[in-house]
Amino acid sequence: MTTVATPTRPAAAGSHHPGAWSRFRWGVADGLTVTKRNLIAYTRTPALLVFAVIQPVMFVLLFRYVFGGAIKVNVPGGYVSYLTPGIIGQSAAFASFGTAVGLAREIQKGVVDRYRSMPMARSAVLVGRLTADTLRMILTVLVLLGVSAAVGFRFHNGFWPAVGMVGLAVAFGVTVCAVSAYIGFAIRDEESVASFGLIWLFPLTFVSAAFVPVSSMPGWLQAFANNQPVTIVIDEMRSLALGGPLALHAWESAVWLVGILAVFLPLAVRAYRRV
Amino acid sequence: MTTSASGGPAIVVEGLTKSFGSVQALRGIDFSVERGTILGVLGPNGAGKTTAVRILTTLVRPDGGTALVEGRDVLREPDAVREIIGLAGQSAAIQEELTGRENLEILGRLYHLPKQRSKERAQELLERFELLDAANRPARTYSGGMARRLDLAASLVAEPAVLFLDEPTTGLDPRSRNGMWGIIRDLVSGGTTLLLTTQYLEEADELADEIIVVDHGRVIAAGTSDTLKDKVGGDVVEFGVLDRSRLGAAADAVAELSEVAPMLDPEEAVVAVRVGNQGSKAVVQAVRNLDAAGIETTGLALRRPSLDDVFLALTGHQAAEEEASPKRRRRRRRGAEPEPTRQQGRGR
Ligand SMILES: Nc1ncnc2c1ncn2[C@@H]1O[C@H](COP(=O)(O)OP(=O)(O)OP(=O)(O)O)[C@@H](O)[C@H]1O
Ligand SMILES: [Mg+2]
Repeated sequence: MTTVATPTRPAAAGSHHPGAWSRFRWGVADGLTVTKRNLIAYTRTPALLVFAVIQPVMFVLLFRYVFGGAIKVNVPGGYVSYLTPGIIGQSAAFASFGTAVGLAREIQKGVVDRYRSMPMARSAVLVGRLTADTLRMILTVLVLLGVSAAVGFRFHNGFWPAVGMVGLAVAFGVTVCAVSAYIGFAIRDEESVASFGLIWLFPLTFVSAAFVPVSSMPGWLQAFANNQPVTIVIDEMRSLALGGPLALHAWESAVWLVGILAVFLPLAVRAYRRV
Repeated sequence: MTTSASGGPAIVVEGLTKSFGSVQALRGIDFSVERGTILGVLGPNGAGKTTAVRILTTLVRPDGGTALVEGRDVLREPDAVREIIGLAGQSAAIQEELTGRENLEILGRLYHLPKQRSKERAQELLERFELLDAANRPARTYSGGMARRLDLAASLVAEPAVLFLDEPTTGLDPRSRNGMWGIIRDLVSGGTTLLLTTQYLEEADELADEIIVVDHGRVIAAGTSDTLKDKVGGDVVEFGVLDRSRLGAAADAVAELSEVAPMLDPEEAVVAVRVGNQGSKAVVQAVRNLDAAGIETTGLALRRPSLDDVFLALTGHQAAEEEASPKRRRRRRRGAEPEPTRQQGRGR
């Protein structure tokens, strides 16, 4: 690597062949830089804050006061107790919309092309997006907990299980974001992604135990609702928040989340390489 | 500090091919660019310009052939290539929510410049590209010309030895385009090697030391702007016709001046006829014939052939006529003349 550079060129870091450790460190640094960039962008996009905060709050209030009276549940604290874990799970999943749209836009604008022509970590675009989206999602979850508490929600199972519930909600959200990242990289066109990005989440989140007990659905739907990951994760969140059997759903949740990540992260990375 | 021996090629491309499905974007192109010079890659929509740039900037792998940038193989050592290149792609790749300054600083960080150096570099570039006034505004609020300048600034953050600009002035008004040309000339006087694609014939003429004309994935001509013009052979008498309906009659009136049929541009009501080296005699004859036919003209002049004429002579079709791409650009005709004269001349 002696050939040349123009005289003005500074000795840029990285002009040596870095070892694995230094590569890793730069990978982390680049990921954080892109995360920071995304967070700045989020704070300047009011529509996104509406989507991340106001819409979930509206869901809480609508379900609590409009549908709540008609839905019979058998948990301590009544429907608001039942609803809160469900709506937190659903909102965490819906946060992934921003992931797909954000990545597609970056590709379309050519920002990703510029990054890929630079000597920076390949992983930074994905890592930075997922990290920023996770932080945004945590904000959504905390806001939801606050609003739910204001309308009567209480944890019934102690502090650490409550933390566990929030952790599981975030892990679930990150998993859905990974799927969404794949969608964003694979479709690439911002408008198509915007119209497709949420559609697939509606049946998954609504045909689940998120808002109503599965037993109230027709039999053929129950078969699906009972065995799909959203129900499994939300049941586990509910057990963590309200008390109840933990072990079975914990395993199932872990298997689902790890399984989905194991499939979709590599798919997303591959789709990114092909951009 | 490593020194760059001037001379010797900075870019060497041999037999590059690339297909997308059944579309052959590149069918084997060869060229090289001397260090510190500008190569203009000229071609219509779909010619393969962007594909060539994407291969050279390590974004796309070619199906065949080799490409070296400063001796570094884009296929085998893409990371080494990335350390010395800058790219401003066909669309302005800037983050709209971020300010101009933030855009540049973040790129500095991603190039692994120290934080302080990133800031200084951003400041230098903002000054140089006259973006200081807008530096702290979100890039969303920038005009097309400002966005382009920011994008170009972004490609220079790490002071690349070799710079790739894909249609840097597309969509700019004549004033911004002239400004951009000035900036680009300055860059190269600082020693940077530049590969620039364009559909604007006058742009290649203005900027490039060497030009390759690309059509359907092949290099159909290469050389300096002058050698290309010589291929066409001789000067051109050109004029605008006031009464569009008499365009045909005008062409007939001057047909005898040349063995080649006059060229018509119905859109702009312009007729051009190649007159070899008859010089002013041809002009006099043209004026007489047109007068006899009672045709009123504007801006009649003798000029050196433009690259547009070159394109026509080389390919048998005009640069932008065949494709129906939605992003089709306004076609520009003449080469060397200053903008205002032309516009008056056409009575627009
Ligand atoms: N990713 C792709 N998938 C499919 N076809 C592609 C792809 N990229 C380019 N092509 C095709 O390859 C050909 C050359 O495209 P390229 O973008 O290199 O042309 P260009 O000279 O840059 O044109 P323009 O002036 O319109 O930018 C075109 O026919 C184009 O449709
Ligand atoms: Mg192009």
